Amino acid sequence: MKKYLLLFTALSLLFAFSLPAMADGHCMDELGCVEVGQDDPIVIGALLTVSGATSFYGEDSRGGIEIAIDARDGMLLGREIELVVEDSLCSAEGGQATAQRAAADESIVGLIGTTCSGAAQGAMPIISEAGMLMISPSNTSPRLTNDDVDAGGTYYPGYFRTAHNDLFQGSMGARFAIEVLGAETAATIHDGDPYTEGLAVVMADTFAEMGGDVVFQGAVAKGDTDMTAILTEIAASGPDVIYFPVFTPESEFIASQARNTPGLEDAQLMVSDGSFSSSFAGNVGSGAVGIHMTSPYVAGEEYDAFLMTWDDLIGGSPPSGFHAHAYDAVNMLMDAVEAVAEEADDGSLMIGRQALRDAVSAIENYAGLTGTLTCQDESPYRGDCATGSALAVYEITQAEVDGAWPPAVVWDMSMAMGMDEG
Amino acid sequence: MFRNKSGEFSWVDFTIDVLRVLIVLAVVVGAWNTLSSGRISLAQWVNLFAAGLSQGSIYALIALGYTLVYGILLMINFAHGEVFMAGAFSAFFLAEALNQTGFLNAQPILAILLLFMFAGLVSMTVAVLVERFAYRPLRGSPRLVPLITAIGASFFLQYTFRGLYGSHFKAYPQVQLLQGTLQLGDISIPVTQIFVFSSALVLMFGLHWLVERTRIGKAMRAVSENKEVARLMGIDIDWVILFTFGVGGFLAGSAGVINGLFRPQGVNFYMGFIPGIKAFTAAVLGGIGNIPGAMLGGLFLGVIEAIGPNLVLAGLGIPGANQLKDVIAFTMLVLVLIFRPQGILGERLSETKA
Repeated sequence: MKKYLLLFTALSLLFAFSLPAMADGHCMDELGCVEVGQDDPIVIGALLTVSGATSFYGEDSRGGIEIAIDARDGMLLGREIELVVEDSLCSAEGGQATAQRAAADESIVGLIGTTCSGAAQGAMPIISEAGMLMISPSNTSPRLTNDDVDAGGTYYPGYFRTAHNDLFQGSMGARFAIEVLGAETAATIHDGDPYTEGLAVVMADTFAEMGGDVVFQGAVAKGDTDMTAILTEIAASGPDVIYFPVFTPESEFIASQARNTPGLEDAQLMVSDGSFSSSFAGNVGSGAVGIHMTSPYVAGEEYDAFLMTWDDLIGGSPPSGFHAHAYDAVNMLMDAVEAVAEEADDGSLMIGRQALRDAVSAIENYAGLTGTLTCQDESPYRGDCATGSALAVYEITQAEVDGAWPPAVVWDMSMAMGMDEG
Repeated sequence: MFRNKSGEFSWVDFTIDVLRVLIVLAVVVGAWNTLSSGRISLAQWVNLFAAGLSQGSIYALIALGYTLVYGILLMINFAHGEVFMAGAFSAFFLAEALNQTGFLNAQPILAILLLFMFAGLVSMTVAVLVERFAYRPLRGSPRLVPLITAIGASFFLQYTFRGLYGSHFKAYPQVQLLQGTLQLGDISIPVTQIFVFSSALVLMFGLHWLVERTRIGKAMRAVSENKEVARLMGIDIDWVILFTFGVGGFLAGSAGVINGLFRPQGVNFYMGFIPGIKAFTAAVLGGIGNIPGAMLGGLFLGVIEAIGPNLVLAGLGIPGANQLKDVIAFTMLVLVLIFRPQGILGERLSETKA
């Protein structure tokens, strides 16, 4: 037994020493290559939140990835695809730790992740340094695609995402409020979470830029149930529209109590994808009728087929709204691998890391589940592949209060574009 | 000032006195700025006050459970927030069923009474079981032991409910009878808030009567005074303690229903945590172990939370003042612990009780 172990060690040492030489012979890529031996699988890494309170987001993305791989029968370029999922939690530390593990693994061609924007901020410096690329299905923070450090940007080369930048959703909310609802004054509420705060700030900035008047910007705390105080303060400034992109159940408390606050009976209420859940309308009750929601908009026959596959493969329905983004992300990665991989004389594959980044970056008019994807290269959208076309505004009616879901789309960005020209 | 009891200068006393002056100054300046700006009208202040009283009466009902148990066992039952959750959560299902059949809006008063009884009984059962299986075996052990056990019991209850009913947020159905507002000149007060406050008052008077006028109440007071002597007088201490947990549980369960009718959303396994902590704060504010103290502490905390951010913090120019509501609640706790550790109504406790 010991003899074999010794032999094995010697062989692997020999192999390790011979690797750079072989790579020198074939790999011309400035960031180096991933070499996949003749019988080795192609390894795709995923840094997702699979434990803790927000684990359902990670499970949601993981399902999308698995379905995309399964659609190719688990094969790419005649090799098996191996998916390695690491738990990046929902924090910068979690992102950093898993990124270090991923960067140390030479066999990984590319990464899907992270779930949370905070984790991406911890992970990207390491991943970028290692020459790898990462495509996120659910990061939405504007910072991640902004390369202006003074403006708080934290862009690193190799970062891409199929999730919509908050700049799209926030500004879409503002445009809808002004162009459709005819609002002149607005109030925003966030809950201290960077995600909700970012959305509220973008909405307020766009609203002001478009000539509206932002009369109140405030915040509640997670776990609050009594919103009377903040609503009373908002009523004092009497806005036409209140935008509160917070999560449930805080958004439910705000919505139901706003209707009973003197002075806010006629205010328009708007929420974001943080409230886009099937129980929102029913929980708020009759006061929910007329609330507008901004949220990702994925529909069509292909999506219906995707949901059927989900039910077959995983069971039930996806727990959150980023599975289609994950599906597109991993497909983009696999297509890019197919495009840049070169077969060496010995039958192994050489995948240039820079070439792979360039291939993803060059993606244009890619027909994905989440709409048409085009990866951009200009700050503040560096690495943004979603163009905001997959976002829409929904309106809640009595049917949703009685249990129907999802509500009907009343407006989307194509209508905004139309209005621009007109 | 600046001197301790023996008349010497002490830095600790000095710091505390300076702190006292600073706090009074901050409150006065903040309130003056807000009131002189006239941003919020009198009618709106009344609304805030009314909402604060309603929220406060829920805190008070839960706080009574903490105080009753502390009065009798000198332990903080940190699982009490979960006892509240158990009642609120279970009554949600009954409310939902009554709503489906239409009974809820056809016979609202009867239905609400039914909800109170059901939630009260569920919470009572949970509280009694926790006492019987988690606390009684540890009676007489060092004080940290039941405290840690309470935290364990709290997690156990939370995750039992999560396991049984999932982690989704649910909401109580609307009761038509409680919709609408009562108009008094400029001031309009939601009917729900009047209902919340008055039903809490009824329950508190009920408790007062129980403790002061009945035999078992007398036994409770005796056990709280001195367990050993009470035992010698022929009082069944185990039964009295169990009964006390039951009464506290019933009040918490009723608070759960009141909370559900007042703030219908947010029903899930974790809903007891924050109200539990707030009610504990209220109990300490009023003077832990003191029944009128818990009532007063709860109402006081509710009102301060509702009015404080707009009155003081906004007046001081602090942005996002309403996000800091909890800061006000817990700052109150710290202040009480520094300046009046026995609470508003509490008497100075002897060494053995403190």
